[in-house]
Amino acid sequence: MGEMEQLRKEAESLKDQITAARKAVADATLPDTVSSTAVVGRVQLKTRKTLRGHLAKIYAMHWATDAKLCVSASQDGKLIVWDTLTTNKVNAIPLKSSWVMTCAYAPSGNMVACGGLDNMCSIYNLKGKDGNVKVMRELAAHTGYLSCCRFLSDSEIITSSGDCTCLLWDIETGTQKTTFAGHLGDCMSLAVPGDFKTFVSGACDFTAKLWDIRDSNCTHTFSGHESDVNAIAFFPNGNAVITGSDDATCKLFDLRSDQELITYQDSSIMCGVTSIAPSLSGRLILAGYDDFNVNIWDSLKAERVGVLAGHDNRVSCIGVSTDGMACCTGSWDSFLPSFSFKGQDNVMRLCKQNKQQYL
Amino acid sequence: MQDEKTGGVPIRTVKSFLSKIPSVVSGTDIVQWLMKNLCIDDTAEAIHLGSLIAAHGYFFPISDHVLTLKDDGTFYRFQSPYFWPSNCWEPENTDYAIYLCKRTMQNKARLELADYEAENLARLQRAFARKWEFIFMQAEAQVKIDRKKDKVERKILDSQERAFWDVHRPVPGCVNTTEMDIRKCRRERNPHRVRKSVYGVTDETQAQNPANTTQTARKPTREDVQKEISFLNTQLDRHCIKMSKVADSLMGYTEQFMEYDPLVSSPEPSNPWISDDATYWDLEASKDPNQHRVKKWGFSLDEALRDPAGREQFLKFLESEFSSENLRFWLAVQDLKRQPLQDVATRAQEIWQEFLAEGAPSSINLDSHSYEVTSQNIKDPGRFSFEDAQEHIFKLMKSDSYSRFLRSSIYQDLLLARKKPESEQGRRTSLEKFTRSVGKSLTGKRLTGLMQSS
Repeated sequence: MGEMEQLRKEAESLKDQITAARKAVADATLPDTVSSTAVVGRVQLKTRKTLRGHLAKIYAMHWATDAKLCVSASQDGKLIVWDTLTTNKVNAIPLKSSWVMTCAYAPSGNMVACGGLDNMCSIYNLKGKDGNVKVMRELAAHTGYLSCCRFLSDSEIITSSGDCTCLLWDIETGTQKTTFAGHLGDCMSLAVPGDFKTFVSGACDFTAKLWDIRDSNCTHTFSGHESDVNAIAFFPNGNAVITGSDDATCKLFDLRSDQELITYQDSSIMCGVTSIAPSLSGRLILAGYDDFNVNIWDSLKAERVGVLAGHDNRVSCIGVSTDGMACCTGSWDSFLPSFSFKGQDNVMRLCKQNKQQYL
Repeated sequence: MQDEKTGGVPIRTVKSFLSKIPSVVSGTDIVQWLMKNLCIDDTAEAIHLGSLIAAHGYFFPISDHVLTLKDDGTFYRFQSPYFWPSNCWEPENTDYAIYLCKRTMQNKARLELADYEAENLARLQRAFARKWEFIFMQAEAQVKIDRKKDKVERKILDSQERAFWDVHRPVPGCVNTTEMDIRKCRRERNPHRVRKSVYGVTDETQAQNPANTTQTARKPTREDVQKEISFLNTQLDRHCIKMSKVADSLMGYTEQFMEYDPLVSSPEPSNPWISDDATYWDLEASKDPNQHRVKKWGFSLDEALRDPAGREQFLKFLESEFSSENLRFWLAVQDLKRQPLQDVATRAQEIWQEFLAEGAPSSINLDSHSYEVTSQNIKDPGRFSFEDAQEHIFKLMKSDSYSRFLRSSIYQDLLLARKKPESEQGRRTSLEKFTRSVGKSLTGKRLTGLMQSS
């Protein structure tokens, strides 16, 4: 038996042992444990504000930690910082490349970042001396599109890319510090819990991985999805991860028992999940889908307790503010003009995308 | 759905002003059918589902380019299976050019080009300038074929063809259901894609798209398998908590925080988004925390430290016990992680000098093992040099000082909203206030419960 054969056999036997070990700790299922708990009452959220101003598909949005400002990125080549209370645009930042796919707000509120098909993460300083917003750094090293980025602090940022890796950057010097390689497919999104120690990423290899920032190792891999994992977020207690996938389901994975706890699915939902966000307590999970809706799930009972149906196209991004007060969704929306399709002013109205803020 | 005999929608020919409209069904009929046969209770959901089906082109309104379903007398027609999206069409622009060209050749008012179509045609003429003759010829050929067909049949086929193009070249402002997320475009997701022309045009000059560009996974090397084995070993050795415990802890966590979750329970005094009253935010940001906020500090040390006022009060308490250096150390290390790279080494040294070095002014109590590890780390200072020490100190605070803090008068005073009592009188009034506020919050909960169950 060749060495490769032996190694492969060893790997297989380890996998079997792990499966057995996981089964051993699976002494109860979440549905059983919560069987006596009542389902959360029907959640009805109304649109409180609509943020208009983007001229093309909105691909991403991110709340600032003050729960009032947020940033959104659209393929019209603009990054807009909104004051969500007044719906005013605080900044409208023109981008060099209009193929932007992600954006992020630094926890300090001093910077925003974005990236996309240009394979770079561009960082903008919002608090420049003369009041102008300028590019501070352009982080280029990825060999694939930038799918997601998240600040750890004003000094560090993590990016995920279509080249199957995630990178940790030092913003001051603009250099990459750590590479997190291991995914076998495009990394689609990432989430940081804010403890500076770990982060999770979801990829087109149908898995989600938890990484140790210090030693760049992947400590957990969660499989179970049958298609690309498009969206990922941490459960508020920091011990579990929720994922959304093209297989039309969302899943809750627990870090401490290293396995899937529950799946959020319904036979009437047949389209992919594009984005996901938990409410402050984690009891509600809001997920945006390709069928233009946002479904609200009771995270413990795995039942749908609400629907947000205000968009006319795919919901591309969703975010719950840090104080849990409001949820903002962005989409590939376009207005349908209320009158007939003759006349030049149609061109002005077409493809006006909007973001909606729900409470 | 189309089969009339077995309970499908009624498709009929409608007599209109000057002529008959063949093979149509009304919007209301479709909505009714969907609700009955797919057990949908809500009309809105049936309309949503129907609109999605229409947007993909399985049926279409006969007198509009906008592909949605309306619950009224608007007439719809079913698409021919030839044009179904399930055939994985990805029609080229040459086909679209032929189609638009064809339309201009026929003298029928109903086939007149809409503005956006005229614009598209002009654009295509510029793009295909060199082979326009070829396209024109194809269009003429199509027109000849069409003329041979029966008049009624032609009407139906024309409308179906138009609907097909409404899906693949939608009206500006309409949802394009054939749009793909550009992140997924690169990969050959649709191996059954039909590359043939809608009109049977074989054009050698049509650019051949690059062959399947999926990255074929390279064969795993010995190193790959060894890496996998070491990863699997780590997984196996990892201590896993029982699912029952995990499930319980999840339940406990969500239960504890549900009253603080504005999407589940109404915040006091009101949700600023609904009432336009920012009082809630002012309360959260104020240095004088209210009872609601203070209660959260009791959930865990993490929660207490998350609130700036909580940190302040805990620090005050520790100072009274002469152990504030623990928290100050913990805060300094957290801050270290946020420092720019060039400042890290200096900061780390400062922290060492302040808290850990021989004769340090704020010496913290570390076990010998952590001390050893840290003194090694500090030789090459980095963001995580104090990781071990920080974890140790955190555990110490959590198990020791924190529980005492929760029992301390500093905390209890705030929790029960006791004002500094000068006299017995003052204390009684505070107790009354407390019982009243507890009563109020209970009533609040009952009300919310009522609202949710109705």
